[in-house]
Amino acid sequence: MQSYWKKNLTYLVILLLVWFTVSYGFGILLAPYLDTFHLGGFKLGFWFAQQGSIYVFVIIIFVYVWLMNRLDKNYDVDEK
Amino acid sequence: MEVQTWTYIIVGLTFSLYIGIALWARAGSTKEFYVAGGGVHPIANGLATAADWMSAASFISMAGLISFMGYDGAVYLMGWTGGYVLLALLLAPYLRKFGKFTVPDFIGDRYYSDVARTVAVVCALFVSFTYVAGQMRGVGVVFSRFLEVDINLGVIIGMCIVFFYAVLGGMKGITYTQVAQYCVLIFAFMVPAIFISIQLTGEILPQMGFGGKLIDGSGNFLLDKLDGLNEELGFAAYTSGSKSMQDVFFITAALMVGTAGLPHVIVRFFTVPKVKDARISGGYALVFIAILYTTAPAIAAFARTNLITTVSNQDYVAMPEWFTKWEETGLIAFEDKNNDGKIQYVADKGTNELTIDRDIMVLANPEIADLPNWVIALVAAGGLAAALSTAAGLLLVISTSVSHDLIKKQLKPDITEKGELIWARIAAAVAIIIAGLFGIFPPGFVAQVVAFAFGLAAASFFPAIILGIFNKKMNKEGAIAGMVTGLVFTLSYIIYFKFILDPAENIPSNWIFGISPEGIGTFGMLINFVVSLIVARFYPEPPEEVQNLVEDIRFPRGAGAAAEGH
Repeated sequence: MQSYWKKNLTYLVILLLVWFTVSYGFGILLAPYLDTFHLGGFKLGFWFAQQGSIYVFVIIIFVYVWLMNRLDKNYDVDEK
Repeated sequence: MEVQTWTYIIVGLTFSLYIGIALWARAGSTKEFYVAGGGVHPIANGLATAADWMSAASFISMAGLISFMGYDGAVYLMGWTGGYVLLALLLAPYLRKFGKFTVPDFIGDRYYSDVARTVAVVCALFVSFTYVAGQMRGVGVVFSRFLEVDINLGVIIGMCIVFFYAVLGGMKGITYTQVAQYCVLIFAFMVPAIFISIQLTGEILPQMGFGGKLIDGSGNFLLDKLDGLNEELGFAAYTSGSKSMQDVFFITAALMVGTAGLPHVIVRFFTVPKVKDARISGGYALVFIAILYTTAPAIAAFARTNLITTVSNQDYVAMPEWFTKWEETGLIAFEDKNNDGKIQYVADKGTNELTIDRDIMVLANPEIADLPNWVIALVAAGGLAAALSTAAGLLLVISTSVSHDLIKKQLKPDITEKGELIWARIAAAVAIIIAGLFGIFPPGFVAQVVAFAFGLAAASFFPAIILGIFNKKMNKEGAIAGMVTGLVFTLSYIIYFKFILDPAENIPSNWIFGISPEGIGTFGMLINFVVSLIVARFYPEPPEEVQNLVEDIRFPRGAGAAAEGH
């Protein structure tokens, strides 16, 4: 059971790192640098701040759900 | 048909729909009243959460705010969506497994203390009341502008509708009306956005048009053109903004963490049958929210481009009809300072001749873009749906806090289920009347306070809940000390800069580390964490059964039996 919780925490740390990187990283701290690149008509940093980070947030939650449902089954703690 | 006829028809239809749903979904038990019986499908819960969350501010004001802030508007876009990642990953599954009815329930049980419970109740009431006041006002504003009824009559009509389905149906009635309200509001938001995107860029999806090329024959990208227009008039380039980087960072964080700490959002995750459903409904909620939140910045850019090209340096007498119409409401004001008969809209305050209320960008957008009358009416119905759904969710938190957390848990533990249900309904009714009074006699500080509700939620609830789940050894002394210091620090900073100090002194060089009062909740949250962890070391560990409780909420199995011990 301890290893179930440890795995859960590992997933959380990795996913929250992604969460932090796309929003605070690409959207804010690195935005001035990324703005020198373009994605269509968007400057890249601006795109992450107003569009991209939101798409990634959605993906993060669905990846989390998939990982946790699999983990629950493997450790036999899922709901019947 | 006239705009007003259309508005009566569409608003009338949507209101009958809400009332019909309320009659169908009446609550018979406290469990139905508080958490809709705990049997809501995750997709329905996602839709309801999205409507609950997206208020009059998201629907009416946000795109307008962004269009004046440019890049800086990202604080709202990331702040009000990124919080769902925290909710779905760190809070929702564990709180669902814990399986009671309210956030103060969790704080009170986890920290085995009625003091902690009371602190949580006070925070929940404060946050919810400031928030709901803004919603009722929003209802009144929409009524008065589109139906030309008196603003107060508008508030009263709104109160009656909410009264009907919140008091009768509790969480059950609210959930299913919110599902309908989401459909109304998203349709009303997307239709004008798609029309305008096609007009300007030829792209159907506003998210694509936002980064697309203009079809005016110039071949320029929309955003490049907008940067140029902004700079020509002396504003900062649209895509670069004017706030400092650390302030953007802190405000975004305060809004994200605050979102995850708002009681009316958290309580929605108590309504689904399983832990698994709590996780996935966070995902659905964010999808439904993201549709509006990725469209809003596109609307902001379209509206600003349209506005500048329509008014800048044009003859005042040649302005289209909507201009005079909105001038009458006071949302647009023109003062011909140099008497040349043309409108100079520039960044420099001394020579600028045009003042524009940010709300106009969404409300007048269909008229500016010359869209059909039924689209304008649709926007009115959407604004009402957004305001009513959020108001109902907040009123439920208020009524639950009173009937469950105060009366049942503290004052009168032997109350019968029926008695508790009566109290819940009375509390909801009283809360609606107070909220309505706030709407009719708005205290001047409401608009400012709403933004700070997030900072306060971030600095109080969030750390206490996170530590309660992830730190088994956290005791009541640590948690209470943390909540109180976080709250007092954040509140004093805000009150000092916003209400005591001369507004001219509310500038970056006077702020701690250049953090504005809007972003200080993040700092308050850090203080809360540090104080909790330090104080906890000096007091005994929590009792055995509390540590077992924490162990138990970490594993999903057995959640079906939740809320039975009530």
